[in-house]
Amino acid sequence: MGSEIESMAPEAAPPVTADRHNVELVVNKVPRRLEVESWVTLLDLLRDRLDLIGTKKGCDHGQCGACTVLLNGVRVNSCLTLAVMQDGAEVVTVEGLAEGERLHPLQQAFIDRDAFQCGYCTPGQLCSAVGMLDELDGAPDGDDAVRVREMMSGNVCRCGAYPQITQAVLDVLTASRGEGGAA
Amino acid sequence: MTDLIADLNAPTAPVGTGTVRLGQPVSRVDGVAKVTGGARYAAEHPADGLVHGVVVNSTIARGRIVSIDTRKAREVPGVLAVLTHENRPRMRSLGFAFKDLTAPAGSPFKPLHDDRVRYSGQPVALVLAETFEAARAASRLVRVRYDERPHDTNLLASLRRAHRPRPLKFGYKPPPSEKGDARAAYGAAEVKMDAVYTAGVEHHNPMEMFASTVIRGEDGHLTIYDKNQSSINCRSYVSRVFGLKKSQVTVRNPYVGGAFGSGLRPQYQLPLAVMGTLYLGRSVRVVMTRQQMFTFGHRPETWQRVRLAADRDGTLRSIEHVAIAETSRMEDYTEVVVNWSGKLYACDNIRLGYRLVDLDQYTPIDMRAPGAVHGVHALEVAMDELAVELDMDPLELRLRNYTEYSPMEDLPYSSKELRACYTRGAERFGWAERPPRPRSMQDGHELVGWGMATGIWDAAQFYGRATAVLHTDGRLVVSSAASDIGTGTYTVMAQIAAATMGLPLENVIFQLGDSNLPLASVEGGSSHVATIGSAVEGACVELQQKLLRLARRLPGSPFEHLTLDQVEFADGHLRVPGSPERSMRLVDLLAAAGEQRLEASHTLVSNMLRKRKWALGTHSAVFCEVKVDEDLGTVRVTRVVSAVAAGRIMNLKTATSQISGGVVWGISGALHEETYSDHRLGRFMNHNLSEYHVPVNADIADIEVLFVDEEDRIASRLGAKGVGEIGIVGVSAAVCNAIYHATGRRIRSTPMTPDKVMRPW
Repeated sequence: MGSEIESMAPEAAPPVTADRHNVELVVNKVPRRLEVESWVTLLDLLRDRLDLIGTKKGCDHGQCGACTVLLNGVRVNSCLTLAVMQDGAEVVTVEGLAEGERLHPLQQAFIDRDAFQCGYCTPGQLCSAVGMLDELDGAPDGDDAVRVREMMSGNVCRCGAYPQITQAVLDVLTASRGEGGAA
Repeated sequence: MTDLIADLNAPTAPVGTGTVRLGQPVSRVDGVAKVTGGARYAAEHPADGLVHGVVVNSTIARGRIVSIDTRKAREVPGVLAVLTHENRPRMRSLGFAFKDLTAPAGSPFKPLHDDRVRYSGQPVALVLAETFEAARAASRLVRVRYDERPHDTNLLASLRRAHRPRPLKFGYKPPPSEKGDARAAYGAAEVKMDAVYTAGVEHHNPMEMFASTVIRGEDGHLTIYDKNQSSINCRSYVSRVFGLKKSQVTVRNPYVGGAFGSGLRPQYQLPLAVMGTLYLGRSVRVVMTRQQMFTFGHRPETWQRVRLAADRDGTLRSIEHVAIAETSRMEDYTEVVVNWSGKLYACDNIRLGYRLVDLDQYTPIDMRAPGAVHGVHALEVAMDELAVELDMDPLELRLRNYTEYSPMEDLPYSSKELRACYTRGAERFGWAERPPRPRSMQDGHELVGWGMATGIWDAAQFYGRATAVLHTDGRLVVSSAASDIGTGTYTVMAQIAAATMGLPLENVIFQLGDSNLPLASVEGGSSHVATIGSAVEGACVELQQKLLRLARRLPGSPFEHLTLDQVEFADGHLRVPGSPERSMRLVDLLAAAGEQRLEASHTLVSNMLRKRKWALGTHSAVFCEVKVDEDLGTVRVTRVVSAVAAGRIMNLKTATSQISGGVVWGISGALHEETYSDHRLGRFMNHNLSEYHVPVNADIADIEVLFVDEEDRIASRLGAKGVGEIGIVGVSAAVCNAIYHATGRRIRSTPMTPDKVMRPW
């Protein structure tokens, strides 16, 4: 005879409610006013409520970086923050990196260096790279390639395009220094 | 007639790209779509009134479902229904209906079919709700009672149960029967080695999680955006499982966020999403969680034993290679693990064996270079061990036994530029400087080691059809139900068509990823370029014939009586070489002939009669450097050179990326990734990307890829062989051999994690 067991769904789980809250966000320079349940992550808000599907879901647990966006200029995993916590914030997603038809230098460098294959981690890599270049000044000194590899290690690429990603970021870093400006 | 399907949004090269040659390192035509967030993957297609589905999985490995209580789940606001085996829509019962194109022998798993639980993580319910969040919250409230039975998930404890596999699987070849007398030759030989190698379970974990969006049309037609490696395979599966007509179902996969073999078979989110739609009459999306990405196929755990024997000068006298791998109780998953050992080196006595153990697991599934990853690893580590026994340079041992003849198939290779791979790879790496003794090199605190290995994979060609349609506006629309899982299919197919027709790349639209397009085989086994690429070229040559026929019939035609070999297609013109005045723009030609469009097609079926006379394969030589901290057991792969012979390279840029990505996979298999089981629970425990380790950027240093010249018209009319798998094969062996060179210790189990590498206390 086998033994009878039960899955561990909580018997006394509190009743599930879904109250809605107002959230105002500026997403890619466009002001948005939404009414969302408190359990909606920033990631799901972007994808399911605004159809900004450029931001990807790769694990939903802050372990892969595919959902990286710029939140008030800083790179974050959008799956790890609830939308209601970000009322009033400014969000930039991959859809907001280009200036019209003109690609952001990192976007062009990714294409030129073939820094992606399936493309699914790419939006997160790009947003992460934009944020990272801003953080470089405060980071410890050292070989640029080593620093880029370390600082881009929050974004998993299963196709294994890391050498090309590093090269693309270094290209943009070098070009920005050539212009005399900070990255 | 094949016309442009607007919804597919097939990408094209940027304006100004111009004409291209075969081999040219052209940037991906889908590059802009992918860097701007414009590319839509399976879970990203909108639909009116879309319903979200979340799957509930079993918590036991074997038994029966006694009852499922869905009441609390259904009380969650927004929840529409909870589907289980008790209330799901009708589906076929016969296992045959569930057999897809790449199914191995046996009876496939049937999701939500009945109360039987066959593995831990099996889908047992689908919660359908107006929002993803409501479905997710409700999924946690589904209560399942089980009658649990004893299970067995432990391969190494069950080796004695190993049985001969039923061999029926697309692309699988059982090991050939013994050549010579391997055991006798082993017994009589001067130098020998004998070792057992084990390799753990791996999961593909493409970045995009499996997802299906089923969009229900007003007429009931289902348009399904699904993650897979063959839209036709999944369309046929859905039709058969639910008894729907072919015309009622379209499956699309225009963008696939990686798959690595996991999409070769339909995964369970597909039938579950269809059930949701059939039940509710609404469009439904089901997306797996990352945890659920560990609840279907995997690379099987494998036990191998290799015995090699040689003369004192290194001449191989005997090769014995036996493998035992796991499969499910449902199907005999087979892959080619040991056959490679009968193809790579000259030897008169070879014995190969391959067995399976049935476990309470889901059926394994092909994962990048299936079989070869483990099999060639064992052979190539064994060769390194033999070189140590012989006190011989490992590269020299391989050259001593070099052959361009496949000993076990008893056939010459159609092409095998492996010697050039060894030479160029070794030169680029600086192999000649390698000190022979282990523990000879140090960098600060770390020991440094150099290792090498050989790689081998098939040169597969399946079947496929392509159409090419030239329009009066100069656009060439080329179509096939192919897939692009990140490999560069869009780019390379457009490039082949543009180069053949002499058109600017931006004028060519290659559309793939729709089951209504011309028939294509699965994207797997590195076969797509040799297969679909050849069909594309064939269709373009047929189109040239048709254009020339039109041109010859024009009044006062300057092309009268000319044949295809007397004209050329270049810069958008049909012209006669050496006669500049005998030239006509293709669009003018169409207009003059009064045609709006001109369509040609080609069906490619691999010429097996011709290929039967040859052994075919791709080859590589991998050299790598590791730095090992013996106190911590950490290994860093600081430098890799991979020299590859894979026939003619269609696009140097995307092919280099394929190989380089394969090397990253090889490093990952060598050092990082393994899915650990708790056999008491019969469950995979580290089912997330935090505990299932894949390399991050900082884990990967310099990777250099070289292609040696090779062209093989037996492998394909293009001369190409394919590059998807060869990049990974042999890499883990090279890393293992380098660790030996660094530390003097041989690690015979992968991944070589710090606990195995650390200096013994």
